[in-house]
Amino acid sequence: MIFTILAETNGTDLHPTTYQLIGSVSSMGCKSIVICPNGIAAEEAANIEGVEKVISVVGDCFDIFDGGAWATALNSVCEGYILVSATPNGREISARIAAMRNVPIIQDIVSISVVAEDQGITVTRPAYSGKAIETLTISGYAVITLRPNAFEAANSGNDAPINVVNQSADIKISIQEAINQASERLDVTEADIIISGGRGMGSIDNFSHLEKIADIVGAAVGASRAVVDEWGMPHRMQVGQTGKTVTPSLYIAVGISGAIQHLAGMRSSKYILAINKDPDAPIFGVADYGIVATWEDAIPALESALSELQA
Amino acid sequence: MLNHQLVKLKHEIQFGQNRGINMNIAVLLKQVPDTTAKITISGGKVDANSVSKWSMSPYDEYALESGLQIKDKTGGNLIAITFGPERTKKMLTDAAAVGADTLVHISDEGVRNEKNSFYIDSTHIQKLLSAAIKKYEANVVLCGKQAADTNSGSTGPGVAELLDSACVTLVSEVNYLDGTFTALRPSNTGTEKVSVNGISVFAFDKGSSELRRPNVRGIMMAKKKVIESITSEDLGVDVGDLRVNLDSQTPPPEKAAGQKFEGAEHVPIVVLKLRNEANVI
Repeated sequence: MIFTILAETNGTDLHPTTYQLIGSVSSMGCKSIVICPNGIAAEEAANIEGVEKVISVVGDCFDIFDGGAWATALNSVCEGYILVSATPNGREISARIAAMRNVPIIQDIVSISVVAEDQGITVTRPAYSGKAIETLTISGYAVITLRPNAFEAANSGNDAPINVVNQSADIKISIQEAINQASERLDVTEADIIISGGRGMGSIDNFSHLEKIADIVGAAVGASRAVVDEWGMPHRMQVGQTGKTVTPSLYIAVGISGAIQHLAGMRSSKYILAINKDPDAPIFGVADYGIVATWEDAIPALESALSELQA
Repeated sequence: MLNHQLVKLKHEIQFGQNRGINMNIAVLLKQVPDTTAKITISGGKVDANSVSKWSMSPYDEYALESGLQIKDKTGGNLIAITFGPERTKKMLTDAAAVGADTLVHISDEGVRNEKNSFYIDSTHIQKLLSAAIKKYEANVVLCGKQAADTNSGSTGPGVAELLDSACVTLVSEVNYLDGTFTALRPSNTGTEKVSVNGISVFAFDKGSSELRRPNVRGIMMAKKKVIESITSEDLGVDVGDLRVNLDSQTPPPEKAAGQKFEGAEHVPIVVLKLRNEANVI
């Protein structure tokens, strides 16, 4: 079975999800062909265990993000099953390549295995925002995106050959204006620890207390839908069915009751700590650790306990 | 004249020039279980009959709103297109109540495999949608970044590929001026304004505009509006073979009951557990 992986990078290095894509292929006893868009991190990819070869695709078409141009440039070097990270750009390129090849596209899988006797592969994926898990069997090749942090990462230790391929593609999108307003804070989809606040925080000003905790442990700050809709918190911070789906190692929910839409976005976190003054709040149903307390009492205690630990 | 009045006048002149273009604005809509609805699973499949409320997928609402705003400026025909069973017609009527002009309902039986289980994959639906977009000669296509049931995000870019057009995803705003569409999308450093020439697909994240609500007149008019029902045969689309089999749908694994502590005095204990048991800090 042939597996091609489209590497995800942060602009200079491989994103950790690329190691996970390769790890998923190795877990099926197969080797990966890794494609590095714009030639970024090709050498790093060649060093990963389980990589058969690296194809470094270079060209002007990678200067800006135009999913159509990227897909055109990358498609011609792809073969077999094509595995990509389920990031926004990864999903877009994948859908394009699947449409180009007229093969199925399956997004955001959390497990993958080979069906016996070369009968295709079986994958599972959350649907209905995690309220159900689907098992699908795919016959024939397909483009598949993998949920970040759902697969074991491959290790380094290899010296695979690198081929360089020049490609060109029509760019249809042009940037008119950069509007800089990026927050200094880590994005919730990138963070290993997230501390989120809900309506129980009382007001938007009180989020500064969560930011303090975030600074101590290197966390991102998230928010519930109520806080985004009613208090004007930026939508990029929203965790839940109409916001971001996150899978950090630790998710701390403060003053969040745990509406079904919120749980949909964070229930697959590795560990969940819930702090809520209402002992019957549904959030406690998914929490590994629960503390029944007001945020006013719990957050200062959390701050000092974490500071002590980090000291 | 004050500066802001000048700006306003300039704005009016520009949009005045844009009026009467009669643009065909296609908006792709999907009906999904309301995000508050409970999902019941029986016999290894999600039980669609038990869904208490069906709604327009939340991101599609922003696409529709943006389409209506473009139509407000340029005039034209807002074509609401959906693929799905009979119940999805209600959503088209809801779209008409806020201003959709042409309502298009695409149906297809899908393909059946030897187990006779029904499944139609995303690339099949993209073929049907793009054929309808061509049939209605759309100048621009708007949709949500992903549907609230499959959460995939394949439709916008896939349709764009079949139309050989650009796709801009995660947009919060789309504007039309002097023959060019511009959109706001996230960038590494914040937000960027991009422009696209030719027909383009814009896939909406949460938009920056408030959603309009229907008024009584709109609701009454919408009830009389004819829904154009078309099939894959009408569109001349052969969706092809079944390549994906939905084996089962199951509830998410139950988590073991957690440890719960009463009172903030337990915070230091929990922090130690996070370090020693969970190993996450």
